[in-house]
Amino acid sequence: MLLIYCPYCEEERSELEFRHGGDAHIARPTNIADVTDEAFEEYFFLRDNPKGLIFERWRHIHGCGRFFNAARDTVSDKFYLTYKAGEPKPVIPGVSPATEKTVETYEATEGTAK
Amino acid sequence: MSGANRIAGQGRLTPAKTARFTFDGKTYHALEGDTVASALLANGVHLVGRSFKYHRPRGILSAGPEEPNALIDVSRDAARRQPNVRAPVQEVFDGMKVESQNRWPSLAFDIGGVNNLLSPFFAAGFYYKTFMWPKAAWEKVYEPFIRKAAGLGVSPTEDDPDHYANRYAHCDVLVAGAGVAGLSAALAAAEAGARVILVDEQPEVGGALHFDTSVKIDGQNGYDWAQATAAKLKAMENVTVLTRTTAFGYYNHNFVGLVERVTDHLPKPDKKLPRERLWQVRAKRVILATGSIERHMVFANNDRPGIMLASAARTYLNHFGVAVGRKVGVYTASDSAYEAAFDLKRAGVTIAAIVDNREKPGEAVLAEARKLGIEVLTGHSVVDTKGKLRVSAMSVARNGGGSARWIPIDALLMSAGWTPSVHLFSQSRGKVAYDAASGRFLPGTYAQDCLSVGSCNGTDGLQATIEESLAAGELMARATGNENGVKVELRGESAFEWTGGMAGAGEGAGADTTVKAFVDFQNDVCAKDIRLAVREGMHSIEHIKRFTTNGMATDQGKLSNIHGLAIASEVLNREIPKIGLTTFRAPYTPVTFGALISHSRGALFDPARKTPMHAWEEAHGAVFEDVGNWKRAWYYPRSGETMHDAVNRECRTVRNVAGLFDASTLGKIEVVGPDAEVFMNLMYTNAWDTLKPGRCRYGIMLREDGFVYDDGVVGRLSQDRFHVTTTTGGAPRVMHHMEDYLQTEFPHLKVWLTSTTEQWAVIAVQGPKAREILEPLVEGIDISNEAFPHMSVREGQICGVPTRLFRMSFTGEAGYEVNVPADYGQAVWEAIWARAEPLGACAYGTETMHVLRAEKGYIIVGQDTDGTVTPHDASLSWAVSKKKTDFVGIRGLKRPDLVKEGRKQLVGLLTKDPNVVLEEGAQIVADPNQPKPMTMLGHVTSSYWSENCGRSIALALVAGGQARLGQTLYVPMPDRTIAVEVSDMVFVDKEGGRLNG
Repeated sequence: MLLIYCPYCEEERSELEFRHGGDAHIARPTNIADVTDEAFEEYFFLRDNPKGLIFERWRHIHGCGRFFNAARDTVSDKFYLTYKAGEPKPVIPGVSPATEKTVETYEATEGTAK
Repeated sequence: MSGANRIAGQGRLTPAKTARFTFDGKTYHALEGDTVASALLANGVHLVGRSFKYHRPRGILSAGPEEPNALIDVSRDAARRQPNVRAPVQEVFDGMKVESQNRWPSLAFDIGGVNNLLSPFFAAGFYYKTFMWPKAAWEKVYEPFIRKAAGLGVSPTEDDPDHYANRYAHCDVLVAGAGVAGLSAALAAAEAGARVILVDEQPEVGGALHFDTSVKIDGQNGYDWAQATAAKLKAMENVTVLTRTTAFGYYNHNFVGLVERVTDHLPKPDKKLPRERLWQVRAKRVILATGSIERHMVFANNDRPGIMLASAARTYLNHFGVAVGRKVGVYTASDSAYEAAFDLKRAGVTIAAIVDNREKPGEAVLAEARKLGIEVLTGHSVVDTKGKLRVSAMSVARNGGGSARWIPIDALLMSAGWTPSVHLFSQSRGKVAYDAASGRFLPGTYAQDCLSVGSCNGTDGLQATIEESLAAGELMARATGNENGVKVELRGESAFEWTGGMAGAGEGAGADTTVKAFVDFQNDVCAKDIRLAVREGMHSIEHIKRFTTNGMATDQGKLSNIHGLAIASEVLNREIPKIGLTTFRAPYTPVTFGALISHSRGALFDPARKTPMHAWEEAHGAVFEDVGNWKRAWYYPRSGETMHDAVNRECRTVRNVAGLFDASTLGKIEVVGPDAEVFMNLMYTNAWDTLKPGRCRYGIMLREDGFVYDDGVVGRLSQDRFHVTTTTGGAPRVMHHMEDYLQTEFPHLKVWLTSTTEQWAVIAVQGPKAREILEPLVEGIDISNEAFPHMSVREGQICGVPTRLFRMSFTGEAGYEVNVPADYGQAVWEAIWARAEPLGACAYGTETMHVLRAEKGYIIVGQDTDGTVTPHDASLSWAVSKKKTDFVGIRGLKRPDLVKEGRKQLVGLLTKDPNVVLEEGAQIVADPNQPKPMTMLGHVTSSYWSENCGRSIALALVAGGQARLGQTLYVPMPDRTIAVEVSDMVFVDKEGGRLNG
C-alpha cells in the first residue's frame, strides 16, 4: 500500500484515503466546442504509458477532498514529490522523463526475463 | 513417556510437562513445546503423509516452514479444523487431533498409490495435454475427477467460530527474523533509540541457534544468548518483540504484513483472544534477517520417509531431544551436514557413513569426523534408496559410475548447501543478483528503504554476520533520526566454518536417467520433469514453473527453486542467471483467510445503508432489495399476495388514488455560490440561466465523450443555490466528477459543493389524491395547482418541521417529493400515511416505481443507458441546450460516430401477444430466419407487465430505432421467437395531462 504525501494536509497518509485521477497537466481546451476531431482525440483519448517518470493526479478523497499532482516512478512506485493543483510541472533533479512511449510486454516491464 | 526416541539429557524441553494428542486416531505423548513433527518423530513415526500426485509415502523433511511433505489436518473440535498444516511449525497442545491427508483407506495402504505405478502416464504437462478433448467433457467429466483426485486436505464445512484481530503499527525499524543477525540488528537499532519491531515466525527467537549448539556469543551458549537478548529487548520501551509472527508480505513503501498466531498452540484458549492477529506495519526502515534454508540432494528415491534435511535432524536432536534414527546415513555436498552427524554420534546414534559427493570437503570437519570414528566416503554419492514406508538402506557408489553397495540405515540426512531466503527482498521489488562464486542468488539492487543482513544476504561466518547486523541496525537507527544511543559490540565463536554446496541433480539422476529424483516434493516434480519441460519448448523459468508446477503452492521456491534452475540451465546449456529466477510473491507462508478478513464478515462484511423510514417499512411488511449498499423497500405484499399481485395492486392504486414512496436514497448535492449558475451550465447539458428560483428542471450530465453519465431533477432555490438530485447509485461519482471540474478545470468559479444525500429524507407522494393528502399538513406554501405547478420547489414547513417541497413526478401522476431533515423522516412519513391510508392510498416500493416510470418512458441511467448512449439516442434532445457554447460533453456529442445514422436509439416495444413479457437483456433481430450469426439490432433494456395498460411493455435500444416505429421485429429466445412492434416510449397518458392534475 502506497504512502502518499498530501500537499494540502501536509502529511503522509495511506493510499486508502486517496483516489487516482489519471494523467496530470492535460488542460481542457477553453474553446473545446470548436476543436478538431484530432485535437479532441489527443485531449480526451490518447495517453502515454511511460515506464518510469509519470505526472499524475490524485485526490485525497477520504481526507481533505482536494485534487493534487504527483511525480511517480511507474516501475518502483516511488513518489518523487507531490504538489498542489495548478502548480507548473516540476523538474525532478536527476530523473529524466521516460523515453519509451508505450510499454506493453512482460519483458519490457519486468526487464530481465527472457 | 513422551516417545521412545527421546534422548535423556538432550534438548531444551521439560520432561515433566507432557501433552497428549492423537494421530490418525492413535494417542501419542508429547512434551510441551513439541511440534507435531518432533512429537511424531519422538514416537518413531516417520510416515506422515502421501504425496500430491503419485501418492508416495512421505515423511518429515524439515524442521521449518519449508516443509513440503508433512502436511496434516489439525483440529481442536469439529469447527476448528484446519487442513494442510505443516507439521514442523504446528505446536502440539493437549487434546489436539491430527489426521494425515491424501490417503484412502489408510496412510499405510493407500489406493491412490497406484498413481505411482502409472506415473509414466502422469508426466509434467499431462493434464494440459490429455484433457483437451472432447471439449465438452472438461466441465462434466475431467474437471470433477481431477478435483476429487487432486488436492491434499479437505476444507472444513462449518463456519469458523474464532475471531481475528487487526492492528496497524508504525516503527522506525522493522526487523524480520530473530536469529543471530536479526537480534544483533534489533539490539543495535534499539540501543540507538529507534522504535523497533522484531518479528520471528518461531515460538522462540534464535533461528539457526535452535540447532547450532556449537555457537557461543560473548562467551554464552548461542541459544541462551538469544533468549537473554530477547528478554532485554522486550524490557525496552521502544521495542516490540513478536514471536509466532510471520512477516509474510513486503508491499509498497515499506508496508509489511505480519500475521501473529495467538492461540493455535494453546490447549484451552481464552475465548476473548483472537486466534490470529494481522499486523499492518509501516516501517521507516526494514532490516531483513530471514536467514537461509537448507537444500536437499536430488537423487533417485530421495523422498522416502526417514530422509530429511541434516539441519532438521540437528534441530530435532538439539532442541527437541529426539533422535530421528538409530543408524543414520548422511549424504551431503556441504560441510554443514557433518555437524549433524557429530551431534548425533555424541548422543549415541550410529552414523552409518557420511557420503560426500565432493572430493575435498572442508578439512576441519573431515578431521573431526575421523576423530569421532565416522566413516566418510568422499567423491561418493547415494544413488538410490530402499524402504517402503521408511527408508531402510542407501545405495552408495563412487562418482563416475563405480559399483554400488547397499548400506542399511533407518534415516538419511542430506544437505546440498543453503539457499538464502530472499523472498521478502524480492517481494519488495528488489532485484536479486547471481553470485557465481557461491552459486547463490543474493540481494542486488534495492527498491525500498531496507537492508539484508546475515545469511539471507550471503554473509558467511558468525562474526561477519554479527558485525554486518550491528552496523545495519545502527545505520537504520541513524537514518530515522536516532543518533544518541549506546553502541553495541558482540563477539561470536563457532566450531566450524562451512564450505561447499551444489545445485541440480546428483549422481544417477542425470540427463540420461528416468529415475524419480524429486526436486519439488510437494508437487511431485522430478528432475526428469524439468528436462521434459525444456524439451517441450519451455525455455523461460516462468514457463517451466507453470508447466511442471515446480515451486508452486506453499513451497514458493523455498526448497525447489535452485535445483530446478540448475537442471534447466544444464539442459538449455545456459548459465543460471540467463534463465532467471521466478519472482517471489506474497505470502511467504500460507495466511488464513480469517486473518486477512478479520472482522469483515457477516453483517460487517459490507455495511448496509438504511433510510430514515426503514423501520416503518419493515413493520409494514416490505420486502427489501439491495441497491448498492442501500436497503430499499421493493414491494409491500399483503397476506396471500405474490410479488406480481402486490406490484399490480400498487401500480393500480398509485394511478387511481395515490401512493407513498421512500425516495431518500436519491443522491443530493447542494450547489451554492455566486457562480453556481455558470457551474451548472458547464456540468449539465441544460440551460440553467432560464430556470427561475422556485422552479425545477430535469437535468442530464454527460461525460466529456458525450455519453450520458447521470440525470436527475434540479431545483433552484435562489439565484445562487441549486438542490441537485442524482441517481441512487451515482451520487458519489457525480460528486467526484463535479469536484474534479470545479477544482481543476474551473477553479476560478466561486462555487461550493456539499453532499446532502443523508441529510434529507424524501417522501414521494404521487397520484390523483396527492394534493388532498398533503394540503392540511403543509404550512407556509400554497400548493394549489396554480401557485405550485408541476416542476416547482418551495421551502416551508410540514408537520412543524422544515421542508423543501418539490412538485415533481417520476410516475406520470401529479406528485410531490417531500424533503425533510433525516431525523424527522419517519415521523413525517407516519403523519402523511395517517392521511393517505384512509383515502385508499398505498405505500409502494421500487418495483412499482420502475413499472410506473416505464409506462411513461422515463429512463433509468444505467439500465436503459449503458455508457454508450447519448441524450439524442435516448430521445432527450430537448434537454441539450443549443445555445450554450460550452458544457462537459459538448464536443464529444459532435464526434463522427455520435452523429452517424443508424445509432442504437431507445424505443418502446409492444409484444404481438400482449401477455408475453420480454426478458431484459434479450437480443432483437429483424429477420428471425437469418442463418447464424444473426444481425443483432439491439436489446431489451426494461420490460414489465403493466397492470394499467393491461399488457406487457418494454423499452429497448434498437439500431435506427426511431425510424422503425411500427415495424415488426423479433426477439429469439431458446424456446421460441417473440414478435414485437416498435413503438414510442410513452404507454400511459401520452399527452401528459395527468402531471398537471
